[in-house]
Amino acid sequence: MARMVFLGRLADVAGKGEAEFGFSSPLDWPDVIAWLEDAFSATLADSVRDPRTRLAINGEVLADRESLVLNIGDELAFLPPVSGG
Amino acid sequence: MSWLSFLPSVAASAVIDVRLLDAPFNPGLFIGPFTHAHPGLGGVCTFVGEVRGGDGIEALELSHYAPLTLPGMQALAADAVTRFDLLGMLVLHRTGVMLPGEPIVCVSAAAHHRRAAFDAIDFAMDHLKSDSWFWKRERRGGAWHWIEPRAQDHTDISRWG
Repeated sequence: MARMVFLGRLADVAGKGEAEFGFSSPLDWPDVIAWLEDAFSATLADSVRDPRTRLAINGEVLADRESLVLNIGDELAFLPPVSGG
Repeated sequence: MSWLSFLPSVAASAVIDVRLLDAPFNPGLFIGPFTHAHPGLGGVCTFVGEVRGGDGIEALELSHYAPLTLPGMQALAADAVTRFDLLGMLVLHRTGVMLPGEPIVCVSAAAHHRRAAFDAIDFAMDHLKSDSWFWKRERRGGAWHWIEPRAQDHTDISRWG
């Protein structure tokens, strides 16, 4: 199980701010995108694919999100662009 | 060991106070004690940002992500203290739903000289606006609208190199 957190407008697209995802072996970027499509929508998957969307695992922002490895017990946050003034 | 090693460095003695607040606050209640904590300082500069009224704005909501937002603000304050050789820095930022006229942000810098205090506030505000983990939406006509990044924010932050 991992905890997924959707921030900003992504929470609206997902319809919720948080979700739990059960799995038995570590997940990579394509796995996560596929899960977003299946459990939520293609719209959410597209919003996450947007290169401006950053990812953080356990509070650490990933420099290269496509190399992510998600392990059981992790918290994965999806961070759309911050709003500015 | 020389006696010089007993003298605290400026940076080590600087007071850094960074907080996220989830309810309305009175900036003066924080600025007063912050100012008094630095006897003999050269100057204090304070900026308070409030929710703008007009344009049909009924409310503003700021959301954040706890594992990133406060640590990022603390790093920003520490960076400003080093960069501008400050005696202290106070950074207060609201989260949650706010009404027009309510303070959103309060930044105060104490320094030996006024220019450092002015510049530190300018630096901190540019970074809080465009490089901190906050997401903002406005309620107009009963509906919420997310606020997108503005080109001006990137122009502002690029001034600092």
